[in-house]
Amino acid sequence: MSKIRSDYEKTLWRKIVRFVNGEKDFFDEQSGFDVESEELESRKHNNFFEETEWKKKKVQITELIEERSEETDRRAIKLYEKFYRLFAVITCVAIIAILLATVTNLPDYGDASNPANNEVSKKYIEDGIKDTGAVNIVAGMILDYRAFDTLGESHVLFIAAVCVMILLKIDPDSEKGKRFINLENDRAYEPKNDPILAWATRILVPLIITFGIYIIVNGHLSPGGGFSGGAIIGAGLILYLNAFGFKKTERFFTQKTFSVVSVSALLFYSVSKTYAFFTGANGLHSFISKGTPGDILSSGLILPLNICVGAVVACTMYSFYGMFRKGGL
Amino acid sequence: MINAFTVVLLGFLIICAICTCFSKNFLTSVIIFMSYSVIMSILWMVLESPDLAITEAAVGAGVTSVLFFVTLKKIHAMNDQKNEDNIAPLDEKEKDRSADM
Repeated sequence: MSKIRSDYEKTLWRKIVRFVNGEKDFFDEQSGFDVESEELESRKHNNFFEETEWKKKKVQITELIEERSEETDRRAIKLYEKFYRLFAVITCVAIIAILLATVTNLPDYGDASNPANNEVSKKYIEDGIKDTGAVNIVAGMILDYRAFDTLGESHVLFIAAVCVMILLKIDPDSEKGKRFINLENDRAYEPKNDPILAWATRILVPLIITFGIYIIVNGHLSPGGGFSGGAIIGAGLILYLNAFGFKKTERFFTQKTFSVVSVSALLFYSVSKTYAFFTGANGLHSFISKGTPGDILSSGLILPLNICVGAVVACTMYSFYGMFRKGGL
Repeated sequence: MINAFTVVLLGFLIICAICTCFSKNFLTSVIIFMSYSVIMSILWMVLESPDLAITEAAVGAGVTSVLFFVTLKKIHAMNDQKNEDNIAPLDEKEKDRSADM
């Protein structure tokens, strides 16, 4: 009888049943079985054992198991370290080999048959103004011909900002946050009351932000565009924050401003340009008139898209700085 | 296309890159890296791509360096011997003050 029973305990079906009932882990066979079979044995042969004896034995067995698992842990960590180094070397060598192989397959520098010299760039340069209405050919390329590239780029920036938030944002309501908020927060040094910095900021920041807006709005007419203008505005905001502290910037820029501005700008961009993925990067005929090339209100969607990209970039730059400084906006 | 001006700029660029790697002080490295970005933006101008020049000046010389400064301040790597007590954490400062009194 007992033989059948022990066999029955070790069958796969019984294991699954116990796993389903939640009595023990399916993959943790050995350790779990040791305890239970020992218990069963002792129960069978020494029915007269008292409860205390039982408990002692149980404690001893669990200690043994713990020791054993610690030892296996240590062994696993050693093995892991060896393999970690080996795999690190292998990965590095593989990446270097792949990159070098790619470089050898690149076309020669200055070759006449390069992709840079084929008919695409000729078309962009010759028909750019007629097709897109943008005097600045670069803006016409990145926001009209290749608008979906820029769509991906602005989303990458937004994802980067969100990742920095996940890593660095301190939740003031949680236990850990309460401990950290005084440690990480350097608001104690604010306001700095540095007259040179304050006066320089008062003169410079309006100029910097106006220059950034000029670059964004004239993106289709002169060099620049959404990314560079947005970076300039972000730098201006950072300078303002440094001079006057978070109390003043929180009047116009909070977490809510960041999410509303970035998400609405990205939504507008996505709605207006996602169709390029379905048309194979070909533009559809736009019902917005191109206007006369050279006017501010010309070249269709390029101006609003520049403003969207600029808003996303400015918000991202500022939020990076805010997160690094105090773990919040 | 390569004239004396470009050659001088390229020389500065290489010197800046090497100095960034080999300077002992983090703060010095970051400031040399800023000058690297400024030279790079002038070089973009020479290569007739003003778009990139504006972006390099704003991002490379401006925002990136500021982020480096904040990081150095967070890991307390900007302390030098002269004004150590200015940058030391608040509670240590207070301890010093009470010891003085």
